[in-house]
Amino acid sequence: MAETLLDKVWRAHTVRMLPSGQTQLFISLHLIHEVTSPQAFQMIREANLKVRFPERTFATIDHIVPTASQLRPFGDVLAEEMTVHLVRSCKEFGIHFFDLDSGWQGIVHVIGPELGLTQPGITIACGDSHTSTHGALGALAFGIGTSQVRDVLATQCLALAKPKIRQIRVEGRLTRGVYAKDVILAIIQRLGVKGGAGYAYEYAGPVVEAMSMEERLTICNMSIEGGARLGYVNPDATTFNYLRGRPFAPQGEAFDRAVACWKSMRTESGASFDDVVILDGGSIQPVVTWGINPGQSVEVNERIPDPADAPETERTAWAEALAFMSFEPGQRIGGTRIDVAFIGSCTNARLSDLRAAAEVARGRKVAKGVRALVVPGSQAVAKAAEAEGLHEIFEKAGFAWRNAGCSLCLGMNEDKLKGREVCASSSNRNFKGRQGSPTGRTLLMSPAMVAAAAIAGEVTDVRKVLR
Amino acid sequence: MSHDAIRRQVVGRGIPLPGTDIDTDRIIPARFLKTVTFEGLEEHVFEDDRLQVPDHPFNHGLYRGATVLLVGQNFGCGSSREHAPEALRRWGIRGIVGESFGEIFFGNCTALGMPCLAVAAEDLEWLMKSTAQHPDREILVDVENREVRVAERIIPAMIPEDHRNQLLTGTWNATVVLLEAGEEIERVAKSLPYVTGY
Ligand code: SF4
Repeated sequence: MAETLLDKVWRAHTVRMLPSGQTQLFISLHLIHEVTSPQAFQMIREANLKVRFPERTFATIDHIVPTASQLRPFGDVLAEEMTVHLVRSCKEFGIHFFDLDSGWQGIVHVIGPELGLTQPGITIACGDSHTSTHGALGALAFGIGTSQVRDVLATQCLALAKPKIRQIRVEGRLTRGVYAKDVILAIIQRLGVKGGAGYAYEYAGPVVEAMSMEERLTICNMSIEGGARLGYVNPDATTFNYLRGRPFAPQGEAFDRAVACWKSMRTESGASFDDVVILDGGSIQPVVTWGINPGQSVEVNERIPDPADAPETERTAWAEALAFMSFEPGQRIGGTRIDVAFIGSCTNARLSDLRAAAEVARGRKVAKGVRALVVPGSQAVAKAAEAEGLHEIFEKAGFAWRNAGCSLCLGMNEDKLKGREVCASSSNRNFKGRQGSPTGRTLLMSPAMVAAAAIAGEVTDVRKVLR
Repeated sequence: MSHDAIRRQVVGRGIPLPGTDIDTDRIIPARFLKTVTFEGLEEHVFEDDRLQVPDHPFNHGLYRGATVLLVGQNFGCGSSREHAPEALRRWGIRGIVGESFGEIFFGNCTALGMPCLAVAAEDLEWLMKSTAQHPDREILVDVENREVRVAERIIPAMIPEDHRNQLLTGTWNATVVLLEAGEEIERVAKSLPYVTGY
């Protein structure tokens, strides 16, 4: 019977079936950061356990790092304490740590692929829900909690039930001004924020096949926002070319042997899925969220919907969202005034994202009263962007150019919304309070759309600027 | 797996928390994650919601001491932070009954020995109403028989078989079980192409 990538990778990594009915799955790569790992290390110490495969865990700091001045000790004593803890645990257990002076520090989901740690056909775990990102290279990548971080440290395994699989095919071609972010927001709008529960999403079809690796990373990143714990794209020439020469990718002849192996990991034609969903890529428009979950969105030229028109089960949720956002049903999303513009996060802070935003920002000025910042996803992204002069384009336009980190995506450092501020954001979550102010408001959109909003001072169709 | 780890049922008073898609950022806002332990998280559970909604159930003295949390659809979606179920557990919650749950949150709850059971929308509505009317009534969350019992009413409930097994056999701390595979873990590792260098 024809198999899917999920079937093949799952089988190869199965250690045994557990009495509970779950599979004991070997984890190839474990990524950790400062927020969800300290308690796991403490559990390991208390239970007197060892880290079973220390060479398979890699650490960095991203969530709490300041992005303005990164001089140690950090001004924020709690952030400093968390960093000290992580450094100490990594030393104690022999774990490789990408520190601020390594040149490779950055958001954990940005550095995994760029280091070549993320590879096709492997299993990945990280104490972070956006681990789904890594599926873009054809890996099975699971976001886990702290107890499971402990499991992986102690055993290099997880107890998991095999998910069902839904293939999402995006047909046709995207039009100019429509980006990977719009595609995934359109998918979530269609299938809902809980539609993916229990599923792995396999993204396929001509639009996905034509995408660069960075665009695929954006799509897979937000699988979790659609309720799917993991999402992946079958590895192909784009994947192999992306990996060639990366520090942790196989080198020389081993690389060629690896490619031969990776080619065999694909979903075979004729494989069956638990569900198939087809979207027309050509009809996708730039998308903006109006609510408090990533499924509550409209096309940029549409009006905010009326809860009266909502499906019965969503009515109260829509009304709650509108009240929180202070939007009226029927109001156009275009023209919404913004206070802050944020280009960053593991969804959209890679080089191609910064290029797309810079294309819009070039020769223009951020509107008066708008606070705009660009936070590269990693030190490597920052360096590459600076080599192209992107930082100068941004700075001339009035954007602050920062150091790598999660920053305003979740407001755990000094970058936070204040009060009721409205933020045009290239991140992945518009949850209440997500950007550091309990009453702050987030509008999710593509990085180019954020740049356009920063310049106009309001939500605007980026295609008008690009023309 | 000690006998104490077995979770056949949870009995206690309920606390109804209406609303759908309540994410883990709302259960415990990110600023309280700046810590290297889980200690004291209970003080900040739903902090921002509680400030914005004065009659939030977690503000009511009425529900103090409740152990069964009643929630709507997709509860615990979003971030994988185990700080969320830890904050609830430390507040006093021992079991959750809802319409549906975020997948990672659900697994995190099991990993703490805290069962989450799903019930139908109508049953949940009734449960929430009846708990609001009779906050001192006990709710029995029965993992073994997959049901929720309140007064005379028996409500069918759902929990995936693997999680139910873990709770009933006291094996929800997966590390212990995974370690039992012993050298089999190394054997599988050695069969993988990237371990052998392709
Ligand atoms: S950028 Fe945002 S979503 Fe991504 S890992 Fe950091 S906090 Fe999480």
